[in-house]
Amino acid sequence: MTAPPATAPAPAPPSARQLSWARRRRALAAFWREFRKDRSGVAGLIFLTVLVILALAAPLLANSRGLSAALSTNPANAGPGWHYPLGTDADGRSVLTELIWGARISLLIGFTATLLCVVIGAVVGIVAGHYGKITDNLLMRVTDWFLVVPFLPLAIVLAKTLGPSLGVIIFVIGITSWPGTARIIRAQAMAVETRPYLERSRALGAGHTHQMIRHVLPNVMPLLLANTILTVAGTILAETTLSFLGLGDPLRPSWGEMLNEAFFTGGGTAGNQIWLIAPGVAIILVVLSFTMVGHALESALDPKLRERR
Amino acid sequence: MSLLELRDLAVTYRTADGRVPAVRGVSLRLDEGQTLGIAGESGCGKSTLAAAVLRLLPRTAKVTGEVLFRDEDVLTMRWGRLRAVRWAGASIVFQGAMHSLNPVQKIGKQIAEPILLHEPAVTPAAAAKRVASLLEQVGLPAWRASGYPHELSGGQKQRIMIAMALACSPNLIVADEPTTALDVMIQAQVLRLITGLVAERGIGMIMISHDLSVLSVTCERLAVMYAGRVVEEGPAHEVFTGARHPYAQALALAFPVIGDERSRLRPRGLGGDPPDPADLPSGCSFHPRCPVALPECPEVETALWPAGPGRVAACIRVRPDHAAASAAPAAPGEEAG
Amino acid sequence: MTALQAGAGRAAEERFERADSRPTGLLRSLAVKVGSALLTLLFVLVFNFFLFRVLPANPAKNLTRSNALTAAQLAEVNKTFGLGRPLPSQFWNYLVQTLHGNLGRSFLNQEPVSTLIGSRLWPTILLVGTSTVLSTIIGVWIGIRGAWHRGSPFDRTSTAVCNTLYAMPDFWLGMVFLIAFASKIAIFPTAGMHNPDGGGAGLAGTGDLLWHLALPCLVLTLVYLAEYSLIMRSSLLDELNADYLTTARAKGLRDVMVRRRHAVPNALLPTITLIMLNLGFVISGAITTETVFSWPGLGQLSFIALNAPDYPVLEGAFLLFSAAVIIANLIADVLLTVFDPRVRVA
Repeated sequence: MTAPPATAPAPAPPSARQLSWARRRRALAAFWREFRKDRSGVAGLIFLTVLVILALAAPLLANSRGLSAALSTNPANAGPGWHYPLGTDADGRSVLTELIWGARISLLIGFTATLLCVVIGAVVGIVAGHYGKITDNLLMRVTDWFLVVPFLPLAIVLAKTLGPSLGVIIFVIGITSWPGTARIIRAQAMAVETRPYLERSRALGAGHTHQMIRHVLPNVMPLLLANTILTVAGTILAETTLSFLGLGDPLRPSWGEMLNEAFFTGGGTAGNQIWLIAPGVAIILVVLSFTMVGHALESALDPKLRERR
Repeated sequence: MSLLELRDLAVTYRTADGRVPAVRGVSLRLDEGQTLGIAGESGCGKSTLAAAVLRLLPRTAKVTGEVLFRDEDVLTMRWGRLRAVRWAGASIVFQGAMHSLNPVQKIGKQIAEPILLHEPAVTPAAAAKRVASLLEQVGLPAWRASGYPHELSGGQKQRIMIAMALACSPNLIVADEPTTALDVMIQAQVLRLITGLVAERGIGMIMISHDLSVLSVTCERLAVMYAGRVVEEGPAHEVFTGARHPYAQALALAFPVIGDERSRLRPRGLGGDPPDPADLPSGCSFHPRCPVALPECPEVETALWPAGPGRVAACIRVRPDHAAASAAPAAPGEEAG
Repeated sequence: MTALQAGAGRAAEERFERADSRPTGLLRSLAVKVGSALLTLLFVLVFNFFLFRVLPANPAKNLTRSNALTAAQLAEVNKTFGLGRPLPSQFWNYLVQTLHGNLGRSFLNQEPVSTLIGSRLWPTILLVGTSTVLSTIIGVWIGIRGAWHRGSPFDRTSTAVCNTLYAMPDFWLGMVFLIAFASKIAIFPTAGMHNPDGGGAGLAGTGDLLWHLALPCLVLTLVYLAEYSLIMRSSLLDELNADYLTTARAKGLRDVMVRRRHAVPNALLPTITLIMLNLGFVISGAITTETVFSWPGLGQLSFIALNAPDYPVLEGAFLLFSAAVIIANLIADVLLTVFDPRVRVA
C-alpha cells in the first residue's frame, strides 16, 4: 500500500491580522482619495515635503561655514549676488544659507515642541475622558488654569528663569500649548467611551490601561493627527516670537533669530530689506502649509466639516 | 379653481455623487377646505414635496412641473409675489420643532414675525394680542410668549409651530410629520388640535406622515408615495382598509389600529429597504420587495390606473386584463392570499 | 483654529451642557463667577511666587541685580524680602505686599514697579482697545459676508487673505509696514507715541497721537481681523444648516432679514465669546508689536525688563497680564449669561 498522495493543503482562510491589515489599507486608500480632493491641502503637503528635504539636505546645499560670521568674506548688507542669491546680512553671511539652515532649527523646534504638547494633551484627555468624575474634574481644573495663563509672559518668565537654550524653548512651548489638545481629545474620548465595544471589552475583563491604549487611543488617533498638524503651525509661530524677543538660542539660529538680528541691529530697517522679509515669507509659507494640510486632514476625516471649507 | 394642484412635479437633487431624483412626477389636487394625507416611508420624497410647495428647496434641487396655488404657479412666481404667498397663503408646520424655532428669540416675537411682515398695518401691540389669542387656541397660556423655545417640551413646541402656522390665517397648511417626534399620548392631543382648528376655519390641509392609521382618521383623502411617485390615491378610509397597491397594503398592515384585536395579533412587516433614489429598480420600483410581483413587473411602466370610484393605484394588478391574476386585497385582520 | 480657539470653543460648549445645574438666581451665579475668578488669581499669585522666589537658585541675586553681594548686603536683602524665613511666611509676606500694591522696585531705575506699570497702562489699553474694536467690527462683517455667499469671489479672496494674515508673525507685519510706510515712504513716524518735542496739547496733540497710533494699530487690527473673520465665518456656516432658518424663509422673509435677524445672532454668540476670551491674550501679545514700534506701553516695558533682566518688573507685568486674562474671561462668561437665553437662569 502506498501512502496517500500528499495533496496541497487548501489555502488557509485569512487570519484575523491579515483581515485587519487589509481593512486598514482600504481605509487608508479611501482616506487618501478624500484628502486629494482638497487642492490646497495637497499643495501644502508638497511644499512641506520639499522643505523637509531641503532642510535635511542643508549640508549639501549650503556650506555650514557660511553660518559663521568670522569666516565670511562677503560684503555686509549686500543685495542679491552670484554667491548670495538673497543678499547678505550685517555680518556678510548669505541670507539664503541662513534660511536653509534656519529651516532645520525652526522645524526641529516646531516638531519636538508639538510632540511634547500632543503627548501631554493626549494623555490628559484620554485619562480624563476614561476615568471621569473626580479625575476628570481635577484634570479639567488644571487645564483651565493653564488656559488662563497668557502664553507670552509665561514663556518669557520661564525662559528667563531657566536660561536660554533649545531644550528650554521646546519645553516652554510644549508646556503652554497642551490644554487645547487635551480638551479636544477629552471630548472625543468621552464620545468613544460610550461605544458598545468598550462596554464589551470591560465585560470581558479588560483593565483600564488596556482599554485606553487598545481601544480609545486608536479611535482618537485620526483627530489627534489633524490636531497635531495644526499645532505645529502654532508652535512654529510661538518659537518665532520667542526668538524675536531674544529668548532663543543664539548658537542655533532659527528664522525667528534671523528676524531678531535683522531688526535689532538696524540692518533691516536701514536698508537690507531682503534679510528682514525673507524669513517672514518662509514662515508664512510653512505655517500656511501646515494649516492647509491640517484642514484637509480634518475634512477628510469628518464629513460634516467638508462643506464648511 | 383648486386650492393646490401639483402637475407632474419632479425634484432632482444635484449631489457630488450625481443626480438623485427625489420626486418623479407627482400630480395631486386639493380643493378649498379639503384634507389630504400623504404617506410613505422615509426617503420616498414626501418632505421634498412639502418643501417644494413653497419653493423652499435648496439651490442644488432642480424642480420641474407646476405647483398651482389658486391657479398661480409657485415655481415661476416673481420673488416678491412668492414671499407674499408664503405663510399668508400657505404655511408649513415643520417636522421636528426641536430645531425649527430660533433658540435665542422670544416665542411671541417669532409668532408675531409673519403677522408684522404680511400685515404692515398691524401695530406691535395688536400683534401681541393676536399672539396671545393664538396661544390660547393651541392650549398654551399667554405668558409663554415671553419665554424661549428651550423652556418648552416637545409637545408644547409643536403647538407653538401650529400657532405660528395659523398666524396669518392661511388657506393651506402643510403639516410635515407633525407628531413623529412626540409621545403617543401627546400625538393624539396634537392631532386633535390640528384637525379641529383646520376644520373650524375651513383651511385646506396636507398632512404628511409615515403612519397610515393616523392619516386615515384625520384626512379625507389619502395618497401613498413610494420612491418619489404616488402609487395609490383615494378616500382615506378606503385606502387604509382596502388598499389595491401591494405597498399600500403592507404599509396599512404595519400600523395596527389601537383597540382592534385582530390587527394586534397579526402585525405584518415588509422586508427589505426603501430603494436608493440614485439607483432605482426598472419598471415598477416596488417589484423587488413586492410579495405578489408578476413576471412582467420589472418591465412595465407604471401609471396611476383607475381602481374604483375616485381611486387610482399604480399596480398592474388593478388593470382589467390582470383582474383574474390579482388576489383579493388583504385587509387588516383578514387572511392574505 | 489655534489651540486657544479650540479650547475656548469647548469651554463655550460646556457652558450649554451645564446649564441645568446652575444655581438659581442671577446674582448668585454672578457671585460664583467672581469668586472663581478671584480663586484663579490667587493661584496665579502662588505660581508667580513659586517662579520668582522659590525656583531660582539664588533669589536674592534676581531681586537685587547685584552679582556680588557682601554678607551684610545679603542679610539686608533677605530681611527686606523675608527670604530666609520659612516658605509659608514668605508667601504671606509676598501676598500682603502685593495686595497693598507694593510690587517691588525696578532694577533699572529704582522706581516702584507699580508706578511704572501704572504709567504704561494707558498706552497699551489705547492701542489694544482701538485695534480690538476695529478688528471685531470689520472681521465680523467680513466673516458674515463670506459665509453667506460661500464660494463667491469675495469669500474665496477674503478667506485666502485672512489665512495668510493669520499665518504671519504679527511683529513681522509691523516691520514690513515700518519699512514701507515709515522709511521708504515716510508718511508715518517710526517710533513712539508722541513727537519728541511734545506734540502739543488739545487738537494738535490728539492729531499727533493718532498719527503715531496709526501704524501699530493697523498691524494689530489686521492680524486679529483675520482671526475673528475666520471664526465668524465658521460659526455662521455651522448655523446655515439650521432648521429654524427654513422656518424663517417659509414665513416670507427676505434673505437679508433671515440672515440678520436669525442666523447672525445665533452665530454671533460663540464668536463674541471667543473674541472676549482672546482679549486677555491680545494684551500680552502686544508685547512684540509695541517693541517694533517703540510704543511706550506694558509690552515695551516687558521687553526692556526682559533684556535687562529686571525681575521685579517682569514679576509685576506677569501678574498684570494674567489678571487681564482672568478679567476678560469673567466678562466673557457674564456676557454669555446675559445674551444667551439658554444659559441664563430661569
